[in-house]
Amino acid sequence: MACHFSFLGGSLSFSGMNAPLEPQTIVQKLEEVLKPEAPLELIEQNTPVGIIIPAHQLGTTMEFLYQDAELYFDQLACITALDLDKPSAFEVVYHLNSIPFGHQVAIHVPLEMGTEELMPEVDSVAHIWKTANWHEREAFDLVGIRFNNHPDLRRILLPQDWEGYPLRKDYQEQEYYHGIKVAY
Amino acid sequence: MSSPIQYTFEPTHHTDSEPTKYQPEDLRSEEMLVNLGPQHPSTHGVLRLEIITDGEIVRDVVPHMGYLHRCFEKHAEALPYNQTLPFVDRMDYLAAMNSEWAYVLGVEQMLGLTGTLDKRVEYIRVLMAELNRLASHFVAIGTYAVDIGAVTPFLWMMRDREHILRLLEWVSGARMLYNYFWVGGLFYDLPVGFEERCQEFSTYLRPKLKELESLLLVNKIFIQRTAKVGTLPLDVAINYGITGPVLRASGLRYDLRRVDGYSVYPAIDFDIPIGEGQMGELGDCWDRTYVRVRECWESLRIIDQCLTMLLGDHKRTREFDPRAQVPKKIRPKAQDLYARAENPKGELGFYFRADGKSDIPFRCKARACSFVNLSILPELSRGVLISDLIAIVGSLDLVLGEVDR
Repeated sequence: MACHFSFLGGSLSFSGMNAPLEPQTIVQKLEEVLKPEAPLELIEQNTPVGIIIPAHQLGTTMEFLYQDAELYFDQLACITALDLDKPSAFEVVYHLNSIPFGHQVAIHVPLEMGTEELMPEVDSVAHIWKTANWHEREAFDLVGIRFNNHPDLRRILLPQDWEGYPLRKDYQEQEYYHGIKVAY
Repeated sequence: MSSPIQYTFEPTHHTDSEPTKYQPEDLRSEEMLVNLGPQHPSTHGVLRLEIITDGEIVRDVVPHMGYLHRCFEKHAEALPYNQTLPFVDRMDYLAAMNSEWAYVLGVEQMLGLTGTLDKRVEYIRVLMAELNRLASHFVAIGTYAVDIGAVTPFLWMMRDREHILRLLEWVSGARMLYNYFWVGGLFYDLPVGFEERCQEFSTYLRPKLKELESLLLVNKIFIQRTAKVGTLPLDVAINYGITGPVLRASGLRYDLRRVDGYSVYPAIDFDIPIGEGQMGELGDCWDRTYVRVRECWESLRIIDQCLTMLLGDHKRTREFDPRAQVPKKIRPKAQDLYARAENPKGELGFYFRADGKSDIPFRCKARACSFVNLSILPELSRGVLISDLIAIVGSLDLVLGEVDR
């Protein structure tokens, strides 16, 4: 695990201590590692700036973003799963934050649902940031994304025997749950 | 003719809807599965903890939540931006002003309104947020003392919180769920005489906080119950995404009010208290309470500075209209935005995706600080005594309305 907690005494202020990296620099560093066929796509209008990463390279990307001394994304702020309201198109967005440097980035991972399986799949990042464990469980629960190699993939907010994934755009609630009418 | 009975009972419903993670055959012969909650008072709401115990020692804790799930994100996808605000109130109901502010910050940033608001609006927002932060910390400290077995601080804290709630009721008309911050402004200006009453309250509160410190923080029993209990190392805290007083108690001076410097916080003088491990180890339960008490003092400093500005440079005028910049139609350009703000419990973030064609967000996700802070609980409580588990749960300051959303 990367460690440079020499500031553990906490006497330092982080605003303006280290200059945050520009998004272009982050993309350049990522391209050196991932060696993609086409240049990585940057979504400039987003705050923080988004980078699109193919799903099969997610693990490599995240490990690099976490371990590189200049990037040092030590905090995973949020994981959001989206149903894009197109046939079998999903997306997972990871918001990363570097506490010592102050830069932020959003990693967008487009996903597709195959014709046979019921869920789109992506690798878990819970072995890098422990906080991903519950964020991924929530995405699994509400949007229905399967995270491979997740330590404990169970529903987290809804009952285990709830049918369907409510934040999908084509969600239809079940008529009865344990004899209780669901639609009111 | 429909039956008056709306629920058909089957004995399997319990195990189907929320099965325990551990099954009887997983346990060793000396281990026992105990359920704490969802109605236990020390869980601060409806949190159910599945505890594997070996005598008095906790082997593992599995939190089960969702009893208060009200589909915030689904509602937000169906309502215009401004109409979602009352739902935001109901997430962290102890700090509704702060939650509203985080949401409003995000929408204003999407509309390009950030930095254009009237300074009086900004100072009123800071004032409200800090008053609400005080009220939230009072509940956190008071209920924590009750968990540990001290009833007096709870009664004192509730007495002082009542003053704040009445001030906020005077401003907004509601005691807890305000809907006072609007996108681009405020519901209304402060009532006449509010600033003076608020100054009186600030003068009143200082000796009370001193009393609290001498009653609780240096109390021998309290120290014995909390020092060296639930120690959270800084690297673990960051890896788990912990924010707010819990992170600061582990020794990191990280506060989004300073890091992001939103609103008029850069113009305000205040310190960021951190845990120092005075009574035991850095990042134990005592440090977390200590940081909250210190933050109450800092909030008071901020309130005093706001009142000076609201009575001086940005005083009440006939021309001031808090709704002057409230947009008639909220339709942001197509973009993604993650907005965050420092809540009493940590970083509250809102992720929006706007498609640029409608007044309704395509997706709105709330990154709730209590939800993330709760995820540290199994890590903190392996190997502790059951009574220490209660001390650890209380020190995290959870609001289940925000965990479940």
